[in-house]
Amino acid sequence: MAVQLDARPPVAPAPGTTRPSRGVRLSRFDTRYSPYLYIAPFFLLFGVFGIYPLAYTFWVSLHDWDLLGADHPFVGLDNYSELLADPDFWHSVVNTLGIFVISTVPQLLLALWLANLLNRRLRARTTWRMAVLIPNVTSTAAVAIVFAVLFGRDFGMINWLLDHVGVDAIDWKANRLASWVAISAMVDWRWTGYNALIFLAAMQAIPRDLYESAAIDGAGRARQFWSITVPLLKPTIIFAVIISTIGGLQLFTEPRLFNSGTNAIRGGPLRESQTVTMYMFENAFAPHYNFGYGSAIAWLLFALIAVVAAVNVLLLRRLGGGARKEDPR
Amino acid sequence: MTRLWSAGRLTYLALAVTALMSIFPIYWMFVVASRTSDAMGQVPPPLTPGGNLGANIARLFTNTDAYFLTGLVNSAIVAGTVTVSVVFFSTLAGFAFAKLRFRGRNALLLVIVATMMVPTQLGVIPLYLLMTKLNWNDRLPAVIVPALVTGFGVFMMRQYAGQAVSTELIEAARMDGCNTARIYWNVVLPALRPAAAVLGLLTFMTTWNDFLWPYAVLNDPENPTVQLSLRALSDGYYQDMSQVFTGTAIATLPLLLVFVAFGRQIIGGIMEGAVKA
Repeated sequence: MAVQLDARPPVAPAPGTTRPSRGVRLSRFDTRYSPYLYIAPFFLLFGVFGIYPLAYTFWVSLHDWDLLGADHPFVGLDNYSELLADPDFWHSVVNTLGIFVISTVPQLLLALWLANLLNRRLRARTTWRMAVLIPNVTSTAAVAIVFAVLFGRDFGMINWLLDHVGVDAIDWKANRLASWVAISAMVDWRWTGYNALIFLAAMQAIPRDLYESAAIDGAGRARQFWSITVPLLKPTIIFAVIISTIGGLQLFTEPRLFNSGTNAIRGGPLRESQTVTMYMFENAFAPHYNFGYGSAIAWLLFALIAVVAAVNVLLLRRLGGGARKEDPR
Repeated sequence: MTRLWSAGRLTYLALAVTALMSIFPIYWMFVVASRTSDAMGQVPPPLTPGGNLGANIARLFTNTDAYFLTGLVNSAIVAGTVTVSVVFFSTLAGFAFAKLRFRGRNALLLVIVATMMVPTQLGVIPLYLLMTKLNWNDRLPAVIVPALVTGFGVFMMRQYAGQAVSTELIEAARMDGCNTARIYWNVVLPALRPAAAVLGLLTFMTTWNDFLWPYAVLNDPENPTVQLSLRALSDGYYQDMSQVFTGTAIATLPLLLVFVAFGRQIIGGIMEGAVKA
């Protein structure tokens, strides 16, 4: 309301009937060029700190580029071919994909289920939504440290709980698969509620009479969920899968801080939980400072993300194809 | 039909278990932060706060491995500056994209959307080299300046301005002799306020939380962000876990306070963004 008052100054100078002079020319200049002025900061800053580094990464990856070396000889695709034959690199790719699969699949299924719960008529709606979102607004670094302790071998609470159901202590950090599970648990803890809210938003957009007519046709709750909710949520599910893919394949903070001490950037003494981004850091920064090799890893990571995202979308299209035919619409 | 939407006891039970699992690690962080370090080895593990918080804080802030106070101040400076800048530039550009006509508008908007898909990892190395050239390594501008604008912010404000700012109002203001800058300040910005607040909150949290880039570029242990202080603490060789947990708790506290105060808006922003995506 105050807006309108402000926007209409009482003494507006009448647009010049006598002189179409400076003022008019100025305002014409204003309407034509000021939009560029408003978007310029983004493009300037992003150009220097976003686009330029991107292209430059590729340039650096074609060189033997050492921190200490005075010159950086051009080596073409040598870094890439070396990388493709590097077992440690492939080890980190397998780790990344393993953690990604173990974390994303249960995460999205749980989120769907949770969204379905939150979509019911609830008392204290906002409180429940906040409760499931709270892990997402904590400090990743802090949580990774806390989970590293929870998953401790000797005094960790998880092993203590497992002991009660007769499971022997698991060395979460020294066992490759176990470390994947522990890191996935952190990722799921953080992101399940966030995805649930995204799904919930999409669920609320589904018209309820669809469910009513399905119920009249005799469809039960489970049937309605799989035949109405899931197919109609497909675009949102694809969106969530892509976001999780990009985030999951870039995983760094959680595995880096899950490990501590001298081998931290290697993800443990035998690289049990080293992700691709960690491997990039190990090569590009301390201890190796090999920028060329590190840049090549960055580009292959980008390619990996693109491939996995594309595969996901194709798979989801397929899956949805069957369900859509049953869509009562 | 009503059966489908009613929440039975099982629904509440499931939600309560989920909520408990969501909150427990955070709660436990505060429990250990308020106890002595031997709390970690106790069987069964203690589940209630102790009385050692003050001593832990004192040890934490004098720990010369962590420079925790510097970290806190640095993080506040970085997150504050970045938040103000992102909100300002995003509302400005979002307004231009939503409400002003100019040549190349759609193509430029497409560029902005495309920037949202590029992983940060890809730029870390050349950005590091650039910072070396600018002599910003180990200094705060290295963390602040690359974060001053985001494609996400511009896109979000553009979507919101499209519906929240009435074109008639802008035209009326123009008739009254307002120039574009004045229209932005007096008409557009007030109308964008709710969405700008959400963007500001999300930006603050992301920036406060950032680890990867500060970890790459701030190597001076005496000048960390708070997340880097945590790393220094957890990589230390001593096992003073109550002190480490005091650090993680304090580093998380601002985020929790923001969330308690503005949780409703944050949830609204996330859900609204999801529907449009």
